[in-house]
Amino acid sequence: MEIKEKIIEKLLLLVALSSITILGLITFFIFEEGIPLILKIGPRAFILGQRWVPSQGSYGILPMIVSSFWVTFGALALGIPLGLACTIFLCEWTPPAVAMILRPAIHLLAAIPSVIYGFWGLVVLVPLVRNYLGGPGLSILSGSLILGFMILPTIISISEDSLKALPPTYRQGALALGATHWQTIWRVLIPAARSGIVASIILGMGRALGETMAMIMVLGNAVKMPSSFLDSARTLTTNIGIEMGYASGDHRQALFATGIILFLIIMILNFLAIFVSRRRVD
Amino acid sequence: MARRTRYWTQRIAKVLIWAAALSTIAVMVLILVQILREGIPVLSFHFFLGSPRDMGRGGGILPTIVGTFALTAVAIFFAAPLGVGTAIFLREYTKEGRISRLIRFGTDCLAGVPSIIFGLFGFVFFVIYLNMGWSILSGGLTLAAMILPTIISTAEEAIKATPGSYREVSYSLGGTKWQTVTRAILPSALPGIFTGIILSVGRSIGETAAVILTAGSSLLMPTSLFSPIRTMSVHFYILAREGISMEMAYGTGAALILLVLFINTLAHWLINRYIHRRT
Repeated sequence: MEIKEKIIEKLLLLVALSSITILGLITFFIFEEGIPLILKIGPRAFILGQRWVPSQGSYGILPMIVSSFWVTFGALALGIPLGLACTIFLCEWTPPAVAMILRPAIHLLAAIPSVIYGFWGLVVLVPLVRNYLGGPGLSILSGSLILGFMILPTIISISEDSLKALPPTYRQGALALGATHWQTIWRVLIPAARSGIVASIILGMGRALGETMAMIMVLGNAVKMPSSFLDSARTLTTNIGIEMGYASGDHRQALFATGIILFLIIMILNFLAIFVSRRRVD
Repeated sequence: MARRTRYWTQRIAKVLIWAAALSTIAVMVLILVQILREGIPVLSFHFFLGSPRDMGRGGGILPTIVGTFALTAVAIFFAAPLGVGTAIFLREYTKEGRISRLIRFGTDCLAGVPSIIFGLFGFVFFVIYLNMGWSILSGGLTLAAMILPTIISTAEEAIKATPGSYREVSYSLGGTKWQTVTRAILPSALPGIFTGIILSVGRSIGETAAVILTAGSSLLMPTSLFSPIRTMSVHFYILAREGISMEMAYGTGAALILLVLFINTLAHWLINRYIHRRT
C-alpha cells in the first residue's frame, strides 16, 4: 500500500512536469532549426535587414517586426478601451438582461475560430476600408480592427477577475464618502485593480502578436516597411504561415529563425505579465 | 456646480460604456449573421456526407469532418490525462513551493505561445524528428500540447471547488491519498473537468495554423492514425484564401460556426448547472 502510494506520487510529479517539458522541447527545437541561419547571415543582418527575397538568399525581417507592432498597437488602441468598457459594464452596471447577452457574446468571441474572423474581415471589412478610406483594403487597419475584437475576451476575462477580487470595502468606502458610482469605478476600483488590468493588456498584446491565419487573410502580405495604416503588410507570424508550405533548406531555416524572434518577444511579454500579476499577490 | 459636473461625467461615461458593450454584441452578431446567412443554404445531407470533388469546388466535406474529429480525439486522449494529472498533483500532492511555481510558470508560458509556434514545433519534432509524417497523430499531439494549459487550469479550478469535508471524511475513514483523490475528489470535480475538456475540443476544432503544418491538407478519407488529413478549419481556409469556391467556403464556415456554437452552449450549460448545484 505504502509503495503503491509512493509510485503514484512520483508518476503524478512526472505528469505535472509535462507542460514545462513541452515548453523546453519547443524552445530547443525552434532554436535548433533557426539558429544556424541567424549565425550564417549574422543576427544584425537578419533582424535589421529590410530585404526578404528567399530566392536570392536575402533574409531581413525588420519590416515584419515593425509591421507586427503596428498591427498590434492598432489592435490595442481598439481593444483596450472596448475591453475596459465591457469589463466595467459586466462588473458594475450589469443590467441583467443585457449582461445575459454580453457575457455569452464574449465567450463566443473567444470560441470563434480565427479563420472565421479572417474570412469575415476579407469579405466585409476589407471592401469597406478600400471603398471609404482608399488603398488596397488589405491593410494594417483591417488587421488591427479584427484583432481588436479577437483580443477582447483575453482583456475582459482577466481584468474582470482582478476587479472582482477587490475587497468590497473599497467600494463601500468610496460610496460612503459621497463619490458617485462613476467616481468610485474610475478613481478607486480601476486603480486598485491596475496590476490585473495591465497583465490582461500584456496578454492581449501577446495574443495579437501571435495571430496568424486571420492576418494572412486581411493584411495583404506585402513585405515592406509600413508607412500608413492603409498599407498592406506582412507580420512575423504571417511570414511563417504563408511560406512554410513550400520552403526548404535555408529558406525553411529562415522561417524558423523568424519563429525564434516571435517566440522571444512573446516570452518577454509572458514574463512581464507573470511579474505584474505576481506583484498583486504580494 | 461641482456636484452637477460629476453627475454629468457619470452620465457621459454611462453612455460611452453602453455604446461599447452594444457595439461588441453588434459585431459578434454581424459576423455570425454574415456567415450563417450565406452558408446555411449550402448545407445539405449531401454536403455533410459527400466526398469533395475537384479540390473542393463541389461535392461534400465528409473527409474533413472525419479528420477534424479524429484529430480532436487524439488531442484529448493525450492532453486530458496529463492535464488532470497535473491538476491533481498541484492541488493534492504538493504545497505551494519551488516545484509548483515551476509547473505553473511552464503552464502560463505554454498558454501564451502562439499557435504558429506550436505548428513549427510539431513540424520539426513530430513530423520530421519522430518521423510521423503529416498525420492525424502529429497534428493531434501538437494540439494536445496546445490545449494542455486550458485543461490544467479548468481541472485545477474544479478540484479546488471540492469541499474540504470530502477529504476529511475520506481520510478519517482510513482512505489513502490516492483513494481520496479517485473516490472522493475526482467524482465531485468531474463536471468541471469535463467542461474544460469541451472548451478544449472547441479550440481544437477551430485551430488552423498549427494543424496545417502538422496534419497536412490531404482531402482523402483517412485510413489510419498515420494518414494525413485536412480539418474543416483548414479546408475553409484553403477554399477562401485560394479562391476555390466562395459557396463551399461559406458552407464549411457555417458548419464550423454551428459546431462551435453547439460545443460552447454545452460547456456553459454544464458550468451553470455545476455552479448552481454547488451554491
